[in-house]
Amino acid sequence: MSNVNKMKIEFDSRSCNEGFARVAVAAFLTQLDPTLEEVSDVKTAVSEAVTNCIIHGYENEVHKIILECRIECNEIEIVIMDTGRGIENIEQAMEPLFTTKPELDRSGMGFAFMEAFMDQVKVTSKMGEGTSIYMKKIIGMDSTLTETGKEE
Amino acid sequence: MNELFEVTGQVLTVSVPAELDHHNAEKIRTGADQIIERRLISKLVFDFEKTNFMDSSGIGAIMGRYKNIRLMGGTVIAVNANQRVRKILTLSGIYKLIEIYDGLPHEKNHI
Repeated sequence: MSNVNKMKIEFDSRSCNEGFARVAVAAFLTQLDPTLEEVSDVKTAVSEAVTNCIIHGYENEVHKIILECRIECNEIEIVIMDTGRGIENIEQAMEPLFTTKPELDRSGMGFAFMEAFMDQVKVTSKMGEGTSIYMKKIIGMDSTLTETGKEE
Repeated sequence: MNELFEVTGQVLTVSVPAELDHHNAEKIRTGADQIIERRLISKLVFDFEKTNFMDSSGIGAIMGRYKNIRLMGGTVIAVNANQRVRKILTLSGIYKLIEIYDGLPHEKNHI
């Protein structure tokens, strides 16, 4: 018997949907009985990824963002996709404090937060075709072990 | 707008909303900068009393205001930060630039 549960939503890349996206994922996550800390961690990571789609992927034009979640056992996997600009240099983009848009008050901490709050983050991107962020978190782990941030 | 910003003397207090993400950060950014440009502000206080969510866009908004006010010799502090907000502030490294208080700093208890 499979315990897999999936959901998929598609929404416009408007900043007002950042709150919608993270709350939708948080609601889906409740079935794993997460701690408040775990819910906040996932919400922050989703918010970062969706904000990246809006500001960097689509550069504030309105297009579609696709969000998929998959729950199995005590794991949640989240994929957030845009079909926008793409990332030129993924390694550089993931460096803490690196940003291509300092004039817009971007802190350059988006990927660092995703990595700090999730157990795994993978980025795939192609210039002109879009970016896909895959994140995974195990719910119910002793969070004190990872509380200070990145494990690696 | 008035409820977000309050000026007392040279102190500008920003009542940060419940959620400080990219969407809400825009309002704070433009509103605070307008006040900082027009009035003599030497201290910027971010009040997180109502805040239960913040991401890196919030950090960007604080950093940007910090840069602006530092140019004029001013300071920035964060007050009433709950555990979650503190965690985000700590992770970002911004605590090295601004002072963070769980409640209010002692000398400001009159608010």
